Amino acid sequence: MSSLWIITLSLIYLLVLFGIANWAERRAVAHRSIVNNPYVYALSLAVYCTAWTFYGSVGRAAESGPDFLSVYIGPTFLIPLWWVIFRKIIRICKVQRITSIADFISARYGKNRALGGIVTLVCLLGIVPYISIQLKAITISFSILSGHQPLATQSFWSDQSFYIALALIIFTILFGTRKLEANERHEGLVAAIAFESLIKLFTFIAVGLFVTFGLFNGFTDIFSRAAEVPDLQKLFVLPQEQTGSWFWHCLLAAIAILFLPRQFQLTVVENTNENHLRKAQWLFPLYLLIINIFVLPIALSGKLIFGNDTIPSDTYLLALPLHFKQQGLAFLTYLGGFSAATSMIIVECTALTVMFTNNLLMPVLVGRPSWQKGLGSSGGSFVLNARRLFIGVIILLAYLYYKNVSDKYSLVSVGMVSFAAVAQFAPAALGGIFWKKANLVGAMGGILAGSTVWLYTLIIPSMVSNGFISTDFLTYGPAHISWLRPEALFGLESMDNLSHGVFWSLFFNLIFYVCGSLHFGQSALEHNQAALFVDIFKYDTSYERSVAWRGKALITDIVTLMSKFFGKTRAERALTLYARRNKLSLQTKYADPMLVNYAEKMLSGAIGAASARIVVASVAKEERITVDEVIDILKTSQELKTVNEELTRKSRELEALTHQLKQANDKLRVSEQQKDDFLSTVTHEIRTPLTSIRALSEIIHDNPDMELSQQQHFLTTIIKESDRLTRLVNQVLDLERYETGRYQLSKETFSIQTLISESINSIEQLAKEKEIIIKTSYQGSLGNIYSDYDRLMQVLINLLSNAIKFCPSQNGLIEVLAKVENGILLISVKDNGPGISPELQALIFDKFYQAESKHNRKAKGSGLGLAISKKIIELCKGDIQVQSTLGEGAVFTFQIPTMMS
Amino acid sequence: MTRQHIKILIVDDEPNILMSLEFLMKKEGYRVFIARDGEEAFDIIRSEVPDVVLLDIMMPKVNGYEVCTFIKTSPMYQHIKVVFMSSKSREIDLQKGYELGADLYIPKPFSTRDMVSKVNALATSTL
Repeated sequence: MSSLWIITLSLIYLLVLFGIANWAERRAVAHRSIVNNPYVYALSLAVYCTAWTFYGSVGRAAESGPDFLSVYIGPTFLIPLWWVIFRKIIRICKVQRITSIADFISARYGKNRALGGIVTLVCLLGIVPYISIQLKAITISFSILSGHQPLATQSFWSDQSFYIALALIIFTILFGTRKLEANERHEGLVAAIAFESLIKLFTFIAVGLFVTFGLFNGFTDIFSRAAEVPDLQKLFVLPQEQTGSWFWHCLLAAIAILFLPRQFQLTVVENTNENHLRKAQWLFPLYLLIINIFVLPIALSGKLIFGNDTIPSDTYLLALPLHFKQQGLAFLTYLGGFSAATSMIIVECTALTVMFTNNLLMPVLVGRPSWQKGLGSSGGSFVLNARRLFIGVIILLAYLYYKNVSDKYSLVSVGMVSFAAVAQFAPAALGGIFWKKANLVGAMGGILAGSTVWLYTLIIPSMVSNGFISTDFLTYGPAHISWLRPEALFGLESMDNLSHGVFWSLFFNLIFYVCGSLHFGQSALEHNQAALFVDIFKYDTSYERSVAWRGKALITDIVTLMSKFFGKTRAERALTLYARRNKLSLQTKYADPMLVNYAEKMLSGAIGAASARIVVASVAKEERITVDEVIDILKTSQELKTVNEELTRKSRELEALTHQLKQANDKLRVSEQQKDDFLSTVTHEIRTPLTSIRALSEIIHDNPDMELSQQQHFLTTIIKESDRLTRLVNQVLDLERYETGRYQLSKETFSIQTLISESINSIEQLAKEKEIIIKTSYQGSLGNIYSDYDRLMQVLINLLSNAIKFCPSQNGLIEVLAKVENGILLISVKDNGPGISPELQALIFDKFYQAESKHNRKAKGSGLGLAISKKIIELCKGDIQVQSTLGEGAVFTFQIPTMMS
Repeated sequence: MTRQHIKILIVDDEPNILMSLEFLMKKEGYRVFIARDGEEAFDIIRSEVPDVVLLDIMMPKVNGYEVCTFIKTSPMYQHIKVVFMSSKSREIDLQKGYELGADLYIPKPFSTRDMVSKVNALATSTL
């Protein structure tokens, strides 16, 4: 393929990426984020797979078999712990607006400038070689594809990798430094990275399928053919002496994936939802698995096809399709490798520049009041320009490193050395979120010691092999002190170079970290941050209230400060919103501590925790706060939270109580109304017979000459009405006694059958008069019951006389059914009268229901019978109901226990 | 016109009260009609157009208030004198009765002499 074509297509590919990023950002603005999605999140994490995975894995597999897998197995083993580790880190970073690993460590240990700076430097040292191998990968793949071998000696003007570097600089600047964000999130970037991850995966699989099924007859074919070649047999097993180093390589990868700047950027800073972690926890390892399926087949095929040709195994992925004249597939492969390299470079550079400006540049600059004054309102663009410049610096450094050093190493070994550098953050970062006592001295000591040992054991040897340092240094040690030999420190010779370096660097790192933390104390701010980090889930809501800030700052100063970095409108809007949300006033002279703190948090997002602390301190006169006071503040805010919760609970209880009271009141009002109704009904029921009695007696009195028979009739009526009155008074009194519970049941044992037959006896005459037939049916033997005989008889008679009352004048039929089941007596009385409408069934047991239902024919009776029956049955711990369909009669049923305790 | 020409309708759901009033009014010489509820009362009012109606309030089907309202809002019948007689004897009950247009409100239980003299006075005014 011609170079021009490759360059054009590469540029088109970059434009596509740029289009995706733009699209994603527009979606984010429209609140229809595509990045807020666990699948995109998981894909973006696959930025882990760089060109080193793409080309290097095959190379490594071709040289030493399954050894390359340690880089994937380590993270996969640790991934179940991500929920514990990353969820905490993500929450902390969101609460404190932390935007990089350097910021994270610096913030935990008292927002210390020096610590943030050191972490940034270590990252730079560790990552530049790593970026350089991406450059190398692109350059090599480019030259293989174009068939244009780079000349051995050349000025960089004629070096294609230099131009690649320049293109990458421009592209990374376009991607990573579009605007200054307080949360440093880049949705467009994430979308593009996720897309590149897909491209990597597809192209790798495409080559894998071509090689495995196109050139060979599947996996078994490749493996069985390779097994016949003695040289290749060793690739099937791990050499005995390597099993120890396997452990170290796995551990190294497991730790590095947590703190590599690009991984931290995508896992933590770009995370939109903690719960996405859950899906990523299995999607990401799945991605690693799939992309590695074809590594060994391709490596073995390369070996089988090229034998011991001069073709480097790192390039098999491209060389195989080219060898078989598959230009298209080769270009796809190139594109996959290009994706792997560019995604790594973009994210890594973005993360590094954020660290550089926030932890190195800004803390130094903002420390000078004169600089702040000269800045005016262009703080934001200053930071952006600094970042753009720095992206250029990083990529050029990587280019130089590539030209002078990493050209001589395989992709994998350089990557592992970078891993070892970021692994130095593990003690400080992990200890920081789980160990409150961990302090600045420990963290600083640990990281310094660890990185020094890293430099000594892993970088110096590489400089020796490049001829910068004499080989004597390696063979005999500095000044011939043999136990200081960089590759056999303290006489440890049994490990491979990398494991050796990882072991000693982490060993010293941990020793310094633990001892420093145990031996020294913490500053107030550090103590505060330690508590917040370790117990983030306890504090995350009360964070703003709990910050140890006690100073005076003019509101105008705060606004000016914010305007410098975010522009006047944005700053004012943010502050107004915050003030409104927290009911603070912006009209006062001095700012509320919460507001000051919010400003600091916003600024942290843009310029880092340490710098933000410095600029805020420059406008606020802070009073020193002792550790005890900090603890007090934290305690108070915690207590306030508890008190607040208590109050919320109390008010909820009060609400419930009010509701209950209202219900009781309503009930009372209803019962008051019922009492009124009852009284007026009773009055009516008493006055009616009284009226008759009085009228009739007066007539008899005033008319001595009236007919005797009529006189007799009137007198009989008077007597009947008097009876009615007496009965009514008795019933009202009865009901009152039952209702108030003053009535005592007089319990005795008696036969159920006797109860029923006696009740029927007493109304038999009435029934006969209306020619009503009464049928009884008993299920099983009824036996005895221990209850109140007279009262139950009253109920039965009442039900029976009601039935008689409502039976039709012809063919009246009453059926009485009785049975005992599980110690419960059930008696029902059924008539074939007109029935009761459903709405009345609910009222029928109410007092004087007759009087209320004016639209029904008024039957004789006080209207208290059923009310009294219900009360009696309730007193007997039973239950009475009615079932009826209009036109089909009614059934009254009651159940009571046969043994009343 | 004599009392023979004066028609009195008695409406009550209590047969015994009906019986007493019927006896009393007949003895005074009026033409007496009786109704056991509001519906029966409507029929008789339409067919006989009585001069005085003695009207109970709490009755099944159609109550006394409705009967009174019917009489007093109908141009044909509004001249009919209405006498409420009820055990509802609170001040507001009386007030409500008069508001509906009743000419007299006699609480139950009543004195028969009182009842007779009041009805007589009312009946004379219709002559």
